[in-house]
Amino acid sequence: MSTKEAPALAPAPARVPVTKAPRPHHKRRTWDEVPRWQIYVPLSIYLLFTLIPFYWILLFALRPAGSSSLVPWPMTFEHFEKVWTEREFGTYFQNSVLTGIATLVLTTVVALAGGYALARFDFRIKRAFMLALLCSQFVPGALLLVPLFQIFAELKMINSLGSVIIAETVFQLPLSMILISGFIRNVPPSLEEAAWVDGCSRFTAFRIVVLPLLRPGLIAVGSFAFVHAWNHFLFALMFLSDQSKQTIPVGLNSLMSADSVDLGALAAGGIIAAVPVVIVFAFIQKWLITGFSAGAVKG
Amino acid sequence: MAQAAAVAKPPAPPRRRRASATPRRLPYLLIAPAALLMLGFIAYPVISVFYYSLQNYNPTKPWRNGYAGFDNFVHAFTDDPQFWDTLTFSAKWVVVEVGLQLLFGLALALIVNQTFVGRGLGRALVFSPWAVSGVLTSAIWVLLYNSQTGITRYLADMGIGSYGTSWLSDTSTVFPAAVVADLWRGVPFFAILILADLQSVSKDLYEAAEVDGASRLKQFWHITLPHLKDAIVLSTLLRAVWEFNNVDLLYTLTGGGPAGETTTLPLYIAHTSVDAHNFGYASALTTVAFVILLFCSIVYLRLSKFGGGDK
Repeated sequence: MSTKEAPALAPAPARVPVTKAPRPHHKRRTWDEVPRWQIYVPLSIYLLFTLIPFYWILLFALRPAGSSSLVPWPMTFEHFEKVWTEREFGTYFQNSVLTGIATLVLTTVVALAGGYALARFDFRIKRAFMLALLCSQFVPGALLLVPLFQIFAELKMINSLGSVIIAETVFQLPLSMILISGFIRNVPPSLEEAAWVDGCSRFTAFRIVVLPLLRPGLIAVGSFAFVHAWNHFLFALMFLSDQSKQTIPVGLNSLMSADSVDLGALAAGGIIAAVPVVIVFAFIQKWLITGFSAGAVKG
Repeated sequence: MAQAAAVAKPPAPPRRRRASATPRRLPYLLIAPAALLMLGFIAYPVISVFYYSLQNYNPTKPWRNGYAGFDNFVHAFTDDPQFWDTLTFSAKWVVVEVGLQLLFGLALALIVNQTFVGRGLGRALVFSPWAVSGVLTSAIWVLLYNSQTGITRYLADMGIGSYGTSWLSDTSTVFPAAVVADLWRGVPFFAILILADLQSVSKDLYEAAEVDGASRLKQFWHITLPHLKDAIVLSTLLRAVWEFNNVDLLYTLTGGGPAGETTTLPLYIAHTSVDAHNFGYASALTTVAFVILLFCSIVYLRLSKFGGGDK
């Protein structure tokens, strides 16, 4: 995925904005028209609702067991140590990272190929294929557990992360492909054609002309796939039986369903589960808005 | 456009290097991986669900296995109060969740679309629960709701309510408690999608409206809302399907309890197949769920005249 090299090989404009979304710099009204309190008061109330639960879990994770203080002081990391080693969250973490990254790569590559075909070609089964993509949105993975289990048992993939990776990818694919084909349609075909005239193959033209322009969209789609695979629970619960193969959500669930719930351990496990997605989220937040507004929903 | 048509036609004259570079097989090759994955892991399972819905199939009672005709469906509709209970609860859950998420999501999107100091941080913070999983949401709210050290204890300290209240194990409070937990995570989804769509409202419209002296409320009603309509229709539909099918949160937060009070149809199906091993009956229930979803979606799209409005 080298997106860096983009020598101006064609006289075509080097940069064409993928998103036509006007940047919100020029607010549509002069700023003093909406009274400030009408923004800050509701926003603050909503922020409290959002942040108190986060604070709560942080509090439980950092204060000693049995304490009921409302500030995490004296601070302790005993819950983290316990969860990471005794409750095997170290192993779960590795499995989740592996599953998330494999799903991200697989989904993006397969959806990119399919999305390109949908955006740039007319072919016989195109309409039927588009319809199948849309219909698959209504097919719930949760309801297909039994047949999926049978298929993976047949393929001897039960208890291997491969089964979870495939299942997550398959259910991420339709939406990803629809989104990506929308992004590609926003890139004028004339750009690619100019590169062909200059002697590039279709693939090279795609790689050096189209791919760099797809970056915001691909980041949105890829991070979606990662977060989804990281968070999803049911497939891992059903297809993986060895404890050494489990992922983080399954580990969290077993902490919760224990007879007497160790709240400190649960909180620490929750923080471990949250950190990667929060980092991904902070990184992609601005891409997410542009990625979606690039004609995704309206496409 | 032009090149797409050229590709579709039978072999172009040899002069056209474009045609030689892109054989007609190319689009099929490009969609092949996706198509194969979806055939194998979506289409085939769906077909097998339909097949099993007409069978008695229970690996723990193999002597009863065999063709059952429509027995499973008849049983569901005439003889299984749990089916109706869980279906009703699913409907209630979806309507309440999607309605409230849309309402708060829209309000939130309109607020953070304004220009104000701290907007970037504000957006990042209010959107952040979006990325949190259903299981983690449960974990967080289990901590908040637990009777010993949860929020009720501190409320009781302040004289509100009584000590030892557990909202998740009381049949009268479990529904609102679960709704709030899922709202916490669901509102940002709508806020993000609506905010994205707000970026493409033409500013000229507002300026024109301003010149005409339209109030902010009028501008919202006549400009913003019509612009957002398709996005709202599509995102409510996707979300409704998703909320209907999603089992992570309720499975881990309440386990469908107390006393089956919060069991959705998919949770009931999961219990029927995984715990009771009654695959045939579970497949029939799954088929019913498909049909209901499909029917409701079509009716919804028709009623909302999706895509028919502007342009």
